[in-house]
Amino acid sequence: MDSLALVAAVSIFTAGTTIAIGAIGPALGEGRAAAQALSAIAQQPDEANRITRTLFVSLAMIESTAIYCFVISMILLFANPFWQHFLSAADG
Amino acid sequence: MDITPDAIVLVDLGPLAINATIAFTWLVMLFLTLASWLVTRRLSDDAKLSRFQNLLEVVVFGMRDQIRDVARADPGRYLPFIGTLFLFIVTSNILAMVPGFRPPTGSLSTTTALAICVFVAVPLYAILESGPRAYLAKYLQPTVFMLPFNIIGEISRTIALAVRLYGNVMSGTVIVAILIGVAPFFFPVLMQLLGLLTGVIQAYIFAVLAMVYIASATRSHTGDDASPDEPQT
Repeated sequence: MDSLALVAAVSIFTAGTTIAIGAIGPALGEGRAAAQALSAIAQQPDEANRITRTLFVSLAMIESTAIYCFVISMILLFANPFWQHFLSAADG
Repeated sequence: MDITPDAIVLVDLGPLAINATIAFTWLVMLFLTLASWLVTRRLSDDAKLSRFQNLLEVVVFGMRDQIRDVARADPGRYLPFIGTLFLFIVTSNILAMVPGFRPPTGSLSTTTALAICVFVAVPLYAILESGPRAYLAKYLQPTVFMLPFNIIGEISRTIALAVRLYGNVMSGTVIVAILIGVAPFFFPVLMQLLGLLTGVIQAYIFAVLAMVYIASATRSHTGDDASPDEPQT
């Protein structure tokens, strides 16, 4: 296998693994956060506005780890610097 | 496929290439400026007002209320900065529905610029509020040994702010582009609706986080009103 095919294979495999493993943690975390917020709203319906706002902000913060993984896998698939390097090396 | 509108060059003027990010950023700015100029040209203060003035009043009052809730302080000083961030991001995210428009927030350069604005605004507001000594003393807050961690936290949350917005907006664009190739017509429309929701929520979150960072830097550390809704990253 030449280096170009190797880079392609490893990139595709790693992109899939990145988003697959990276989604597990945030999914569990968001589930816990949403469950806690729902029970908090059930106990104190008056505070629903503030709880909802805090919930949205914390969901976004939890989700950002998954978004980092997504960005990494998108870079690996569509803007891979090593792919470009070996492509230009193969041309020249 | 382009994962950033930076790569699309619209006009090439030799050393200065106008890419899609710059063009659409100026378009959004022009749109916001023109719209607010047109509405505020004829303001009325009696019971009968134009519907656009009503809209603008609702938007401004909503932002003031949100800022007051988060900062527990008079929103007047923070409204220009936080409100501008929110309006710019929400307009460019919503205009993503227009065919041919690439949201400038889907480029890492734009979101980094916005995050750096927040990074600069936090010490500015804190120093205006309580003076440079009190602001710098916060870096030594629990103990002196926390100084490097406080600095790292300051930088990492700026990066997180930029990458979060970029990742969310870019993922919407890329997913729609992929789905148009795989399952055209109906399914991409659903994902675009989801992207609309995500865009508005992300604009809200960007503004709220900026406000939370500013508020946590300006608030006196006597701890009488230590806020429970103060996420740390």
